[in-house]
Amino acid sequence: MTTLTLGRASIPAKYLPVLVTGCLFVAMFMVGGIRYEGFATGQIILNVFIDNAFLLVMAVGMTFVILTGGIDLSVGSVVALSTMISASLMAGPGWPPYLVVPLVLAIGSGLGLVMGYIVHAFDIQPFIVTLAGMFLARGLCYTIGTDSIPIEDPTFTAFAQTRIDLFADMWISPSVIIALVVVAVAAYVLRYTRFGRSVYATGGSEQSALLMGLPVGRTKITVYTISGFCSALGGVLLSFYMLSGYGLHAVGMELDVIAAVVIGGTLLTGGSGFLLGTVLGVLVLGLIQTIISFEGTLSSWWTKIFIGLLLFVFILLQRLFSARSRR
Amino acid sequence: MTEHILRMSGITKTFPGVKALQDVNLSVRRGEIHAICGENGAGKSTLMKVLSGVYPHGEYEGEITFEGKRCEFRGIRDSEHAGIVIIHQELALSPQLSIAENIFLGNERAKRGVIDWNRTNYEAGELMKRVGLRENPTTPISDIGVGKQQLVEIAKALSKEVKLLILDEPTAALNDDDSAHLLGLLRGLRDEGITCVIISHKLNEVIAIADAVTIIRDGRTIETLDMATDQVTEDRIISGMVGRALDNRFPPHESTIGDEALRIEDWTVYSPSQPGRKVVDGASLTLRRGEIVGLAGLMGAGRTELAMSVFGRTYGVHISGKIFKDGRPIEIRNVQDAIKHGIAYATEDRKRYGLNLIEDIKRNVSAAGLKGLASRGWVNENEEYRVAEEFHRSMNIKAPSVNSVVGKLSGGNQQKVVLSKWILTEPDVLILDEPTRGIDVGAKYEIYTIINRLADEGKAVLVISSELPELLGLCDRIYTLSEGRITGEVPRQEATQEHLMYLMTKGQER
Repeated sequence: MTTLTLGRASIPAKYLPVLVTGCLFVAMFMVGGIRYEGFATGQIILNVFIDNAFLLVMAVGMTFVILTGGIDLSVGSVVALSTMISASLMAGPGWPPYLVVPLVLAIGSGLGLVMGYIVHAFDIQPFIVTLAGMFLARGLCYTIGTDSIPIEDPTFTAFAQTRIDLFADMWISPSVIIALVVVAVAAYVLRYTRFGRSVYATGGSEQSALLMGLPVGRTKITVYTISGFCSALGGVLLSFYMLSGYGLHAVGMELDVIAAVVIGGTLLTGGSGFLLGTVLGVLVLGLIQTIISFEGTLSSWWTKIFIGLLLFVFILLQRLFSARSRR
Repeated sequence: MTEHILRMSGITKTFPGVKALQDVNLSVRRGEIHAICGENGAGKSTLMKVLSGVYPHGEYEGEITFEGKRCEFRGIRDSEHAGIVIIHQELALSPQLSIAENIFLGNERAKRGVIDWNRTNYEAGELMKRVGLRENPTTPISDIGVGKQQLVEIAKALSKEVKLLILDEPTAALNDDDSAHLLGLLRGLRDEGITCVIISHKLNEVIAIADAVTIIRDGRTIETLDMATDQVTEDRIISGMVGRALDNRFPPHESTIGDEALRIEDWTVYSPSQPGRKVVDGASLTLRRGEIVGLAGLMGAGRTELAMSVFGRTYGVHISGKIFKDGRPIEIRNVQDAIKHGIAYATEDRKRYGLNLIEDIKRNVSAAGLKGLASRGWVNENEEYRVAEEFHRSMNIKAPSVNSVVGKLSGGNQQKVVLSKWILTEPDVLILDEPTRGIDVGAKYEIYTIINRLADEGKAVLVISSELPELLGLCDRIYTLSEGRITGEVPRQEATQEHLMYLMTKGQER
């Protein structure tokens, strides 16, 4: 069964997981709309974007890594480190944001580069390398300070409070625009560049990619660098949102990011997946939270329970999908 | 004297689409060393897997009688319980565990679930003495060489009170001293009453050690020869192994041979896993434009290793030798260099190394030659689609569209995708490693036609194949490789299967 036939149109099997996630999102939105007063508005979806802009950016980086068959556990810690560095540099020496932000992005990318290099050059499993990176970045936060540092820089606070009005009383924050630009650029790169092709080929079969003369090593190093960059940018967006730097920000966030990517239909073994899926994955996670908060009586831990159940379903779905195509 | 310990009769084993074994009969007398000979893919290993229960009863037809009892093994455990132990070519030892632990793995010397280390090491020592292995039983397996590891496998078999020991290519990876020791050991075991079945390509060893030889060809038993009564020579075995006629399975072709395209001189490659073992030893060969050249060799002769070491050093260490392209010396450090110099290599294992099975045809075809479809890193998807469509048509790839996932195509169509991919890189030299492995007859003919067409376009083609008829039907010239050395270069007119097989089994002159 190569395709799923819907009426006359047929959809290649590789789009199937994305389609499922998309349907799930629509279904959840409809259920929410029926159950709760004032749920079925455009602003609810926009709020999901606003609240999860940083998660979306991190998930973009993670998508690159997972597409090559790797994993990056350091993203949550890098986010915390980024908020911490931004807050402390602006609060203490009073650096201006236009210096702080590039510096933070450079640090995140640098960390990713180093991890990618270690993964490639010493042929070590990404799990363990990025686990080390995770501890390292988290630990570095506490060398800067153990307490939460508030951000009072006028540019940052202005950025945090800006509302961009859309039609019909709907609005988004600047972070959403940044996140969507990142998604658009990344989607374009994945689809239309030789680098993007190398990412898919490396994840699909690293050995055959090597024998096709693709730059496997360079690709791997680059995806971890991208992931580091995206985490740092996610950290900057989170500090817009939180207006503080803290070593305990984004604890366990790496797992949320991985969950979003997997629910988005990207194969954890690499080689198959789309950024659109990742966006939908983040939206599904965000919508679960929204529904739980609308429910009111349920504790927020129900979010985790739903995410857990969804992950099970999606992993099983992937298993079926990959078993078929590898037949 | 004629008591048979093992009788296999009418064994037929079918894989989807292929009959691997057809009505095979094998009788082994008690206390003899019985050799099984045949070309690569003749069905020797499959037969041994049937015998040892790797393919459980019910997955094959036919009857196995061992020690007078009918056997219906459901797994390796059953066959080992009956006293049949198989030692595979790839040794099944756990590298981090000690010799003693490996010998008793799955069969631990234990008291109420707790391992008795004194007894383990003592008994291991005794078994090691029997096989002539002088090492400390607590030495990790990874610290001893392959030759000694082979002995550990035999000691392990002895610990299970083996009655019938099966060895699959036991000396393929060993040096001469280790081989000699192993053969001596097998003779000793025979004198102790253990029956051995040995699969080997090294006919001189077979002649030296075996009491009887069964020859298998194309999944059928051809004959069983008794060393004592029949006049068995290497030539006699070879003619049994290859004796079949060529039919018109090959498209007619006249080559127009041009200038030299690729020359390799004194090419030597060492094994990356076994330090000091030469896998390719001083090989030299020349390919000319428009010419189809064959490279014949038995398994383990170093064919793939030679090809891959040339193709961007994707195999081997301490590679030395010279490569000339169009008469000029070139340096190839990686696959990108090889492609830049117009060399392409289609691997023998296309599913693992040749294709990205979860991607579609279009992206597999474009993967190696993407540079030509892109400018400044941006891929021209329309052009990519057009090129893929062109190959879809010209190579007659049977798939609904170029968006079909290659993992779902048949072997022949997958191979056409691999060839398209390399043709797109516009190579001058194509090295095709087992281009028709696992492909049905009709698709083979198509692949041969494509190979001929490539040669007509002035490309040099090197075909590596285990099937001698294929090389004889396709190639203008055939090199033979044996134990890493080029042992012969035979033009098409003079080549016969017997002569090639003789060259392929020729050991190193000592």
